[in-house]
Amino acid sequence: MNSFITSSIGKKAIMSVSGFFLVSFLCVHLTANLMIVVDSSGEIFNEVCHFMATNPVVRVIEPVLALGFLLHIALASWITLQNRAARPVKYARSNQAGNASWVSRNMYILGALILVFLLLHLWNFWWKIKFAGDPLLEEIEVNGVLVENTYALVSGLFKTSVVYCGLYILGGVLLGLHLAHGFGAAFQSIGLSNRVWRKRWAFLGTLFAVIVAGGFSIIPIYFLLGLGG
Amino acid sequence: MPDKILKELTLKIWRQKNAKAKGGFETYKIRDISGGTSFLEMLDILNEQLVSENKEPVAFDHDCREGICGMCSLFINGRAHGPDDEVTTCQLHLRRFKDGETITIEPRSSGAFPVIKDLIVDRKAFEKIQQAGGYVSVTTGGVPDGNAIPVPSEKAEEAMDAAACIGCGACVATCKNSSAMLFVAAKVSQLALLPQGKIEAARRARAMVAKMDELGFGNCTNTGACESECPKKISIEHIARLNREYLKAKLQE
Amino acid sequence: MNKLDAKIPEGALAEKWANHKAHIGVVSPANKRKLDIIVVGTGLAGGSAAASLAELGYNVLSFCYQDSPRRAHSIAAQGGINAAKNYQNDNDSIYRLFYETIKGGDYRAREANVYRLAEVSGAIIDQCVAQGVPFARDYGGLLDNRSFGGALVSRTFYARGQTGQQLLLGCYGALNRQVKNGNVKVYSRHEVLDVVVIDGKARGVIARDLVTGKIERFGAHAVVLATGGYGNVFFLSTNAMGCNVSAAWQAYKRGAFFGNPCFVQIHPTCIPVHGDQQSKLTLMSESLRNDGRVWVPKKKEDAEKLQAGTISTNDIPDEDRDFYLERRYPAFGNLVPRDVASRAAKERCDAGFGVNNTGKAVFLDFKYAIQRLGEETIRKRYGNLFQMYEKITDVNPYREPMMIYPAIHYSMGGLWVDYNLMTTIPGLYAIGECNFSDHGANRLGASALMQGLADGYFILPYTIGDYLAKEIQTPKINTASPEFNEAEQRVNDRLRALGEIKGTKSPDHFHKLLGRVMWDHVGMARDAKGLEQASRMIQELKQEFYRDLRVTGDLSAMNNELEKAARVADFFELAELMTRDAIERAESCGGHFRLESVTGEGEAKRDDDRYRHVSAWEYKGDDNAPELHQEPLVYENIQIAQRSYK
Repeated sequence: MNSFITSSIGKKAIMSVSGFFLVSFLCVHLTANLMIVVDSSGEIFNEVCHFMATNPVVRVIEPVLALGFLLHIALASWITLQNRAARPVKYARSNQAGNASWVSRNMYILGALILVFLLLHLWNFWWKIKFAGDPLLEEIEVNGVLVENTYALVSGLFKTSVVYCGLYILGGVLLGLHLAHGFGAAFQSIGLSNRVWRKRWAFLGTLFAVIVAGGFSIIPIYFLLGLGG
Repeated sequence: MPDKILKELTLKIWRQKNAKAKGGFETYKIRDISGGTSFLEMLDILNEQLVSENKEPVAFDHDCREGICGMCSLFINGRAHGPDDEVTTCQLHLRRFKDGETITIEPRSSGAFPVIKDLIVDRKAFEKIQQAGGYVSVTTGGVPDGNAIPVPSEKAEEAMDAAACIGCGACVATCKNSSAMLFVAAKVSQLALLPQGKIEAARRARAMVAKMDELGFGNCTNTGACESECPKKISIEHIARLNREYLKAKLQE
Repeated sequence: MNKLDAKIPEGALAEKWANHKAHIGVVSPANKRKLDIIVVGTGLAGGSAAASLAELGYNVLSFCYQDSPRRAHSIAAQGGINAAKNYQNDNDSIYRLFYETIKGGDYRAREANVYRLAEVSGAIIDQCVAQGVPFARDYGGLLDNRSFGGALVSRTFYARGQTGQQLLLGCYGALNRQVKNGNVKVYSRHEVLDVVVIDGKARGVIARDLVTGKIERFGAHAVVLATGGYGNVFFLSTNAMGCNVSAAWQAYKRGAFFGNPCFVQIHPTCIPVHGDQQSKLTLMSESLRNDGRVWVPKKKEDAEKLQAGTISTNDIPDEDRDFYLERRYPAFGNLVPRDVASRAAKERCDAGFGVNNTGKAVFLDFKYAIQRLGEETIRKRYGNLFQMYEKITDVNPYREPMMIYPAIHYSMGGLWVDYNLMTTIPGLYAIGECNFSDHGANRLGASALMQGLADGYFILPYTIGDYLAKEIQTPKINTASPEFNEAEQRVNDRLRALGEIKGTKSPDHFHKLLGRVMWDHVGMARDAKGLEQASRMIQELKQEFYRDLRVTGDLSAMNNELEKAARVADFFELAELMTRDAIERAESCGGHFRLESVTGEGEAKRDDDRYRHVSAWEYKGDDNAPELHQEPLVYENIQIAQRSYK
């Protein structure tokens, strides 16, 4: 199996599978986030966050998720380095734009930008929730259970900073762009595509990209519009 | 319908004396040329001019000049086989260019396809990939009657779509990663689709991919650039089949 | 006195090959390993031979001038490959394929060879199918056939319009398998420039590495030439740019006789010449004549208006169209053999009925087929050919008829070989288009692929064993021998001489001029006066070539100009021999049409009393005329007749 991991198709298959894993995480994350918009009191969102923070299954999956990220990033870097080296003398003139979409040609750059956004995002929330703490997180009682007021942390950030709202919208869009190519490509890379399914994956990929970009952007927009509690 | 006459074209051509020498662009002018002239005929004319000036002509690969041998291999204005779809360089005609245009002509070089001279690159890497397993292992004679192996006509057609590959290397040249996946996929997919080729499909996929990786081609990132520039319009659906065949083969290992 | 022994086996026609195989020598597996064979050329004949010989266990050295064996010009064959399978239940048989091939060749081919060709034709299809060649299939999954010129049955197997490509890739695969197994070494970008003869036997070649410019020696126990045809002597032809006669020509100068050099095929359906700078003619497959109808206007004034561009094709009503092939040859109609179709097109154009601006084109019209079958069916059958036509001419053939004109396509002539495919130099074989053997004076469509693969897969691997069985004691050929020294010196001298002329004109310049002389006088219609004139013009041009040639660049490095110059030098000498042969053969037969020898209806008229033979020319030195040897053609199984397709 050694040769599988170093083979070009093997690497891509791992990219694909780790990508799917991250996609499933995104689905959960997005669903949870949308609770912010669903319930302006923040109670549902706080309950969901509490569940995520305490459920043993989720606790176990968290490091796996981190590993998935690292694998995805490490392989992407490896592939990109190899691909750069594959053409030592660059063309003087190249019509790349004419034969492939910008997104498909710049997945690594998009990925890197998403990583930067991710770090910012972790610092904003995860770090505070887990380690640093924040006065806004003061525990409140929801349905008889004491939970951290994560909703307050979120709304606090977006209500006080238009810049952060912008950054989070940008983050959502970057993610959407990455998925617009990545979703279909992941199926292609593991061979689950043919003449018929290729078009279906392309459609579903675009749809998913729009949902992800839109879904994550709704939250800062929601606060920008002054709708948050 | 008479073809238009192009009054002047400026050619920016990569010149490189040999594999070791440092190359660079030279600029040439071509005047009063018919739009019905093929691109390679234009280079013939340029070379006649150069010979008459006692200069060395531009070296470029070409042979059949009818779009099937796969020998011609130029990178014209940033595109493999130039600004027309579904053609090889030899079938590209000047009517696709504007009068007064500057045309940049480069070799399709990459790590796996080093320049030999001027616009000629060494594509032996393709040979090595094919030698690794791009065939059905049958010996001459001792085979069953042709009609003893029925093949559904749709499968035969799909196999033919893949088999149409001319091995020109436009896919590698176009790919930002210099990946040879479409070339390898064309052969693996053709033979995997046919009952004759199925028997050693797993071994073929493993061997050809391993050789491709070893020779320094890049990794496929599914941009689809290869299929859009392939003169024979070979689809990346065949790459999906290659991926499938390879993963299956590796699981069987 | 006759130096020609065709070695045709005794016995009934249908048993000759089986008997022969049963009695010839065979080399044991242990001895095959010790024997080296050089195969020059990697087309259908060379590729299949190299692969099959290597499978048998011989050490094979395979040469091609292209960067890969897959690029040999067999790849450009479009329409199909014939085989007497009778899959269509239309009364095909080995005899019928044999008969039609001999008749199509205008009774100038050897019975025994052609019968053997028809006999092995079926096995070729089986072999190619087993290799994974994606032949066209019907909905039941079985192999499909189409019709070709000169045949009354459907026996042509095809893979879209890329049959040659698919067959070649099949044998390229077989070759690659042997490369991997270590039995073949491929020397690509190598051009063979001489054959080395030691003690009367072919023992190796001298080749130039086209990348480094180095002259290299290669020894072997036998040498096989599969170098294709010499149509490029006309400069404009359907051959690839690099196709050349050099290896075969040098073999001729070392003692191999050259058979019927004047027999070249002119293909009726090529895209017409568009201008002076044209480098190459593109063929439109003969299969198009299955559904396309050939016509010119009935009225000369319509033709003149078409030439002037004042009316368009669709302005001419059906009743004013002259479907001249259907008119003249009702039995075969648009599917008459190539030589007949070509001459008929030339006749109409010469009479002033040509349809393009130069007056040198006729229509091939699909309007009627589209009406009958629908555009989709036509697209499915010929889509890639139509696309190619449109890319080159900028005209959409679904809307307007194609314009076509004959062009040089194939050489029936070539090195003379006996039944074993051996030339007059022992140990030197010639297979495929390179030899003269199977097509007489005209080749039928879809038969070139058949012959190339028959020779390479099923004939040479047997017959070469007969020769090599006597060579098992011969050790590895020593390439340091005086004969190799001399041959290498000869090549070096020849190339250096070309480089040292330091004149002003490029090789292409002379090649084009030579081509024009050949096309005008040794082309579709020939007569004594024109041929004599051509002979003088070739002489003058050749002298000018050696006076005013300019080869730029470094002779001992990659140098395309030097390659071209060396090829053109050989074409000049070949042109002389072709002209001489055409003068000598004062009859019309197949592709060789002498204006002095026609029937009352303007058809080719053979002279069987004087010319029912193969003309085999022996080189006698640069300063002497070559000597003509005749191999009489004996027909015991065929009633020889004036060919008729009416």
